[in-house]
Amino acid sequence: MTLLLDRRLVVVTGKGGVGRTTVAGALALVAARAGKRVIVAEVSQQERLSRPFRREGVGYSETELAENLYAISIDPEHALEEYLGKQVPGLLSGALLHNRIFEYFVAAAPGVRELTTIGKAWELSQHSRRYGSGDHYDLVILDAPASGQGLAMLHAPKTFAEIARVGPIRRRADGIDEFLRDPKRTGVVSVALPQEMPVNETIEFRERLRDEMAIETDLVVVNQLLPERFTGEDAERIEAVNGAHGSEEVAAALRAALSEHRRAKSQRAQLRRLRREVDDVITLPFLWDPEMTLEGLNRLADDLEKKL
Amino acid sequence: MSVADLLEGKRVCICAGAGGVGKTTTSAAVAMGMAARGLKVAVLTIDPAKRLANSLGLPELGNEERMVDPERFAEAGLEMRGELWAMMLDAKRTWDEVIERHAPDEKTRDAVLQNRIYQELSNAVAGSTEYMAIEKLFELHHEGRYDLLVLDTPPTRNALEFLEAPERLSRFVDSRSLSFFLKPGRLGMKVLGRGSGLLFGVMKRVTGIDLLADLSEFFQSFGDMASGIEERAARVGQLLGERETTFLLVTSPQRDAIDEAIFFRRRLRDRRLPFGGAIVNRMHEGADADADVSDDLEALLGDKLGRKVARNFEDHHRLAEHDRAGVRRLMRELGREPLIAVPLLDEDVYDLEGLAEIDEYLFAGEFVQV
Repeated sequence: MTLLLDRRLVVVTGKGGVGRTTVAGALALVAARAGKRVIVAEVSQQERLSRPFRREGVGYSETELAENLYAISIDPEHALEEYLGKQVPGLLSGALLHNRIFEYFVAAAPGVRELTTIGKAWELSQHSRRYGSGDHYDLVILDAPASGQGLAMLHAPKTFAEIARVGPIRRRADGIDEFLRDPKRTGVVSVALPQEMPVNETIEFRERLRDEMAIETDLVVVNQLLPERFTGEDAERIEAVNGAHGSEEVAAALRAALSEHRRAKSQRAQLRRLRREVDDVITLPFLWDPEMTLEGLNRLADDLEKKL
Repeated sequence: MSVADLLEGKRVCICAGAGGVGKTTTSAAVAMGMAARGLKVAVLTIDPAKRLANSLGLPELGNEERMVDPERFAEAGLEMRGELWAMMLDAKRTWDEVIERHAPDEKTRDAVLQNRIYQELSNAVAGSTEYMAIEKLFELHHEGRYDLLVLDTPPTRNALEFLEAPERLSRFVDSRSLSFFLKPGRLGMKVLGRGSGLLFGVMKRVTGIDLLADLSEFFQSFGDMASGIEERAARVGQLLGERETTFLLVTSPQRDAIDEAIFFRRRLRDRRLPFGGAIVNRMHEGADADADVSDDLEALLGDKLGRKVARNFEDHHRLAEHDRAGVRRLMRELGREPLIAVPLLDEDVYDLEGLAEIDEYLFAGEFVQV
């Protein structure tokens, strides 16, 4: 089996709010440290990775965040314009793009946005590139939309290949679809939190990806796992003195400790539940940082290096 | 401030916000709380956690509402004066219903339902879910069988995707005029003249001739229905702005979620859409003052455990500070508009007892102090 970071494209998906961008960024750091030229592609007008690197304003351009590490924010309009620009001579593609009816159709037809976005990620991963900077990357990490929409995006090339039947769209869509299904070239990472709904969604996503697309999830990353700060015995001792002290602050501190203990315990139970269903699960610690920082990303990358 | 005040006189409540902030749970809790007050409420949800669905008595849901068995509330020790109904949206099924409703005859209906492009497009989840959620909401509102409808909006890439869904559908239907110049030699070609011939040539080069022919057939079979669907989409869109409708913004205190909430609030204002208030989930609790409690804790629990508890409290305090800063930022945007905070609970919520716990905050009448 080809190691995850030795593939050309790694798709990172998971329920909303689980930290997909953080995991995508940490994976990218691991690869960049190993000397690979990596680009992280964010989608849907989002651009969260550039913030910890203090390089905001990436947009639709391949921007260097750190040594060997690049970022781009893919929006379907730019991706379509770029694609059409190569298919047909400049003036004609402009005429087509600015045709009101065509514009309406493209903006509204379900799936077109997904297709152009995944198409751009595929293009970035090609070694003989014709667009953008034209430079080649060893690895593209796609920070994909949340599970359901992530699946729709992976499915888009197949859908359009079937719609088009023959012709240029068919050829291109088939090429992308084949690339996505090839475990030597494309990997899928699913990010979860050790909580009820994200665990359910991770299990469901894995099954759907297998059933609908015959793609195996390579790795599940359980993010923000709380440390077990308090043992059961600790909790009993805290429980015993709870209410014994008059100060409101002390009472709040005791409550915080008990709550921490219960949450860490409930997270372990969710993690066990996930592990009963899925083999390749690794965890990343909760960092106690309210927002993603470069230092935090580096710490997660240190951890990933050991676990991958 | 209680959610009951925010929903006074409202018949449609749309819960919107970024993914992963607890929208589905909040929608269910809002619906249950209002039903407990004696209303007949239906909550429309998309893909809820299986155990939440099960606890509501909804094993495998179709596109129809079902009443949650009153027994279940009694078992959970809750007083239920009204009725709680729930349904899980099936976007594909709702699409098919739209076609069935607007088709002038069986032949047209079948032609569209069996059209390859229609099947592929309506099966592709992305894009159509948003519109179909509003469509279903409109249908139920129109039928008037409920006192209140609560919609758990699909996780959109961004807020605009939801608000613009009815317009996008109209545009898509409108682009049927493509079919006039998709087939060379048709009447439309001559009318539209040389410009469209050029366009046809370009499109042929990009897509291939077969796709153009299929698209043309698709839009032609859509033909008579198009104006009906467009008209409907316009009326469905109007529902969002009606006096009996209100939007509740659901968010967590995380920066990205707060950004999204502020963005959504502004878009609502731009579009003159009604806004009820914001609900901030998962607030960390921490003491207001920076009192040093480590000595007290060490005296109470011994050095080692006392220090651990103190250290943990500091961490919680820092997270709480951050959460409050996020809420303050949102409040600056909201001005005097209501905001209700729900603390981070120790357990994930997936049953009626959990929803009842959330309702204590949503309906307690506590106004957040930041």
